Amino acid sequence: MEPVSSAPDAPARDASSLDVERLRADFPILSEEVNGEPLVYLDNAATSQKPRQVLEAISGYYASDNANVHRGIHELSRRATDAFEGARQRVARFLGTEDPGEVIWTRGTTEAINLVASSWGGANVGEGDEIVLSDMEHHSNLVPWQLLAARTGARLRFVELADDGTLALEGLAELLSERTKLVALTQVSNSLGTINPIREIADQVHDAGALLLVDGAQGAAHAPVDVASLGADFYAFSGHKMCGPTGIGALWARRELLEAMPPYQGGGEMISLVERHASTWADLPHKFEAGTPNIAGAVGMAAALDYLEGVGHHQILRHEQALVAHAMERLSQVEGLRMFGPADPTRRAGVVSFVMEEAHAHDIATILDSKGIAVRAGHHCTQLVMKRYGVPATARASFYLYNTHEEVDRFADALGRVQSIFG
Amino acid sequence: MPDVSLERIEKGFQIMPNWEDRYRFLVQLGRKLEPLDDEQKVEVNRVKGCTSNVWLVPTLSDDDPPRMDFRADSDAHIVKGLVALLLIIHGRRTPEEILELDARAILERLDLQAHLSPSRSNGLFAMVERIRELAGAAAGRKAN
Repeated sequence: MEPVSSAPDAPARDASSLDVERLRADFPILSEEVNGEPLVYLDNAATSQKPRQVLEAISGYYASDNANVHRGIHELSRRATDAFEGARQRVARFLGTEDPGEVIWTRGTTEAINLVASSWGGANVGEGDEIVLSDMEHHSNLVPWQLLAARTGARLRFVELADDGTLALEGLAELLSERTKLVALTQVSNSLGTINPIREIADQVHDAGALLLVDGAQGAAHAPVDVASLGADFYAFSGHKMCGPTGIGALWARRELLEAMPPYQGGGEMISLVERHASTWADLPHKFEAGTPNIAGAVGMAAALDYLEGVGHHQILRHEQALVAHAMERLSQVEGLRMFGPADPTRRAGVVSFVMEEAHAHDIATILDSKGIAVRAGHHCTQLVMKRYGVPATARASFYLYNTHEEVDRFADALGRVQSIFG
Repeated sequence: MPDVSLERIEKGFQIMPNWEDRYRFLVQLGRKLEPLDDEQKVEVNRVKGCTSNVWLVPTLSDDDPPRMDFRADSDAHIVKGLVALLLIIHGRRTPEEILELDARAILERLDLQAHLSPSRSNGLFAMVERIRELAGAAAGRKAN
């Protein structure tokens, strides 16, 4: 790539090497108008938009290859199986593992975590055992453990949040003991944007003899993942937050963990031999994949990983952080606006969560919507975070590879209008 | 309920095609609602199905026939404005009159029908349903 020459007064945006205008052309939905204005989509932490390459992979699969996978003795079934298992290998490569048998397809992060809580948790967690979570967790990485604790008599413990929106990790050591079976933490906070130092946490968790589950719902979309160097024992993530379709995601775990775990759901695909009163299970990964899977979803997710890799994961994160820095600078000039999360943009993925003195988060989102700007307002499925910072809800803008500095400016200008309506 | 006629609101909306102005107008309308006390902001009065909190408290007058009125509050200003509008539409009527009202038609005249969809998280739909439910209960009590 040619170096970018920059004038002395060039804004920070030149630090990003993405050709955003070219990328935007890949996303048909970005040319939509909302309420008479060009759409500014800043709700990427909820779900990302999909490039043409992903849409074409899905429709191409249905148009040419669709059949049920595995065991079909006909050409289309072979093609569908190749596409489906090829997608699994693609995910394995994304996660830095050579063993596709360690990749279990799920509906998304939520199902992946429920799978671990139900299968691994049911077999390994008993009364008096402890599971360590944090106050930053999405309800998807909280409620499954509450259900497990209620079933088994296990106890949940929590890493607290510091004032700056980071985990108060100095408290982790005293939470860990021989009773700790699992630590389940998010890689990136969906409501604050905080990137957690998973690698350092992993060493501490393993030294205590516990396992580490990483909720990668927000993390996988923004940075390359190498599960081995991350130090995770379980890694859960979703396709739809990273340009893939909804309803597809994956659980990764080390083979020996998965082999020791009982099946999650029963049905077709996951069995080896079935008799009246007993069955034996299929080998990995099929043991955990009962029923006809989301084949087109898997194909779309693989196309999304190809797309993101083509753009460059590191460049995407740098671009997001440049947008966050720009947004934080603009928002800091809006009177009565309070932001949450780390002050240093490089400690965040593309999220800025905030409240305004007079306007409720819901009011902010309504006014922005009338100007074609999509943000989210609410507790973001993190009620513990809202409680910690004493707010009922926040407004959240979340950026991705196709967002521009001009969009950040439109968003910030619109917040100035919000101030004039409610202030 | 705020002492503003529906006619005035409709005229206001006609001369304000811009949503920013309309929302500003709704916020001002909401500010005319007398705030509820904390003891009224309880679960039994909370309207389910709204992202922000909305509380609705019905009253029945001593008139013959008795008329319903409502007090309401919300922690979000635009939602409070929308609920104030609903109180102007539905308030000071008998339960039977409320049940006969076509709130949807009125909201369509105000170009607010898009806000009435059950998928909208502002809860306008849920608020209309709740008002009708309260009116239905009041009408039923009288019939017994």
